[in-house]
Amino acid sequence: MRVIVPVLTVLAVIVALWYAACIPMNIKGVLTEAERAGAEVNPPGAKDRRDLGAFGLVLGNSFAIPATWEQDRPRLPAPHQVAEELWNTTVMKKITSKRSLVYHGWVTLSATLLGFAIGTGLGILLAVGIVYSRVMDMSVMPWAIVSQTIPIIALAPMIIVVLYSIGVQGIIPKAVISAYLSFFPVVVGMVKGLRSPDAMQLDLLRTYYASPAQGFWKLRLPSSMPYLFTSLKIGIAASLVGAIVGELPTGAVAGLGARLLAGSYYGQTVQIWSALFAAAILAATLVAILSVIEQRVLKRMGMA
Amino acid sequence: MSNDTVIEAKDLDLVFETNDGPVEALRNVSLTINKGDFVSFIGPSGCGKTTFLRVMAALEQPTGGQITVNGVSPEEARKSRAYGYVFQAAGLYPWRTIAGNIKLPLEIMGFSRQEQQERVNSVLQLVDLDGFGGKYPWQLSGGMQQRASIARALAFDADILLMDEPFGALDEIVRDHLNEQLLHLWARTQKTIGFVTHSIPEAVYLSTKIVVMSPRPGRITDIIESPLPKERPLEIRDSAEFIEVAHRVREGLRAGHVED
Repeated sequence: MRVIVPVLTVLAVIVALWYAACIPMNIKGVLTEAERAGAEVNPPGAKDRRDLGAFGLVLGNSFAIPATWEQDRPRLPAPHQVAEELWNTTVMKKITSKRSLVYHGWVTLSATLLGFAIGTGLGILLAVGIVYSRVMDMSVMPWAIVSQTIPIIALAPMIIVVLYSIGVQGIIPKAVISAYLSFFPVVVGMVKGLRSPDAMQLDLLRTYYASPAQGFWKLRLPSSMPYLFTSLKIGIAASLVGAIVGELPTGAVAGLGARLLAGSYYGQTVQIWSALFAAAILAATLVAILSVIEQRVLKRMGMA
Repeated sequence: MSNDTVIEAKDLDLVFETNDGPVEALRNVSLTINKGDFVSFIGPSGCGKTTFLRVMAALEQPTGGQITVNGVSPEEARKSRAYGYVFQAAGLYPWRTIAGNIKLPLEIMGFSRQEQQERVNSVLQLVDLDGFGGKYPWQLSGGMQQRASIARALAFDADILLMDEPFGALDEIVRDHLNEQLLHLWARTQKTIGFVTHSIPEAVYLSTKIVVMSPRPGRITDIIESPLPKERPLEIRDSAEFIEVAHRVREGLRAGHVED
């Protein structure tokens, strides 16, 4: 209860603000439609209303307020419209349908998971290299940081074009972009984690004359687990962003990114918002799953 | 060097290069430790007692002088796993059970599974932790954890046990109890023990030889051969001999301080 009440309060405030924001955002469109349908609008004529402020229009035409929450193609759809669209395109549609968000979500999710796996693997390998090799420590880390300063939206089309020219297409280019975004938090977290054993722990292994490999498997890797999970949670969210961004420049026909793009082409704001929410729900679910695994693993390891 | 000599240090110097200039951690340290000795190193912080122990364990390299452990260099002795080292903190792995922690050195040294289990059982008995093998470190008190870490150092049956303020973080009552147990363990295993402490009663109660050290530069100011019998009940701390030895240790410590 102590968690639920604040969360619900914040949610209620957001929803209330959202409904309030729909009124000025949508008022002009609503008035144009109402005038066409024969209603008396103040002032009449879309041309005269164009330069007027949205709040002035709302005050002069308060009858039109309910309609701002029910438009077909609103500038800003109301929460219940998005919820309805989400319901209709997930539960009410067969998942094989091209209009099912479950279908599109799966397309994006599969690229996300593949990219996440590649990125995590790469990140761990790089971190091991950085911790055990001075040369890699000096050379790899700066480049890893630089790689994250390039806007992914600029890089994504090039990755896709380059991979296409060597005959790679489909899920792989998207996964590569996902991996590009997700390896970084894993590298940073794992370097810190692998270096987390203190001097005493390392000295203890020295007194046993343990090999570096034994030190890695018996001490460094287990010690790094809390850091790894923190990184994985950031990494999987980044992976999802990467997969969606990877769908934008290709004219992809399937995936949450494709739904966003198609929605914006055809002015289907409800579709855009529902795709956005689907992505957010997906990300939250992935992070939540990782959190559960984290809790179980760390508890078992006596580190929670 | 007689057959009984386990550790022999001659004119050891160790200078650490720090940002504030060189620090003389050890100067002109000479000491012979014989088989079966219980040697305490006592002195204020910065006197080099821990550094000296670390030199014996080849965790630090001296910058001058010679030291041999079992007749070879400390590095060679470390390779042949001649000693077990106990740190101030138990440092048990939280993801391993007590038995799993004790197996750590055994796994690293390649003992067979069956032998690992046998050794775990016997050292758990030595430190009075029978039946705690399956517990995790957080389920044990601080004193029990430290006993488990001693068991871990005993598991591979090295002749020398080096202990760096092993009971420093524990309260007086637990400490007394562990000291008593440590003496029993020493009597049963016949090991050679190097023991760093800054408690005078602890040093006098445990040792056959007390090495008093003083700081800046770290050096030995007095070596006291204890006249106390091997069999030592806790009450011996009220005897005249005990008080006399403690007095001499205190004098030695004070002498080191006056020069400051």
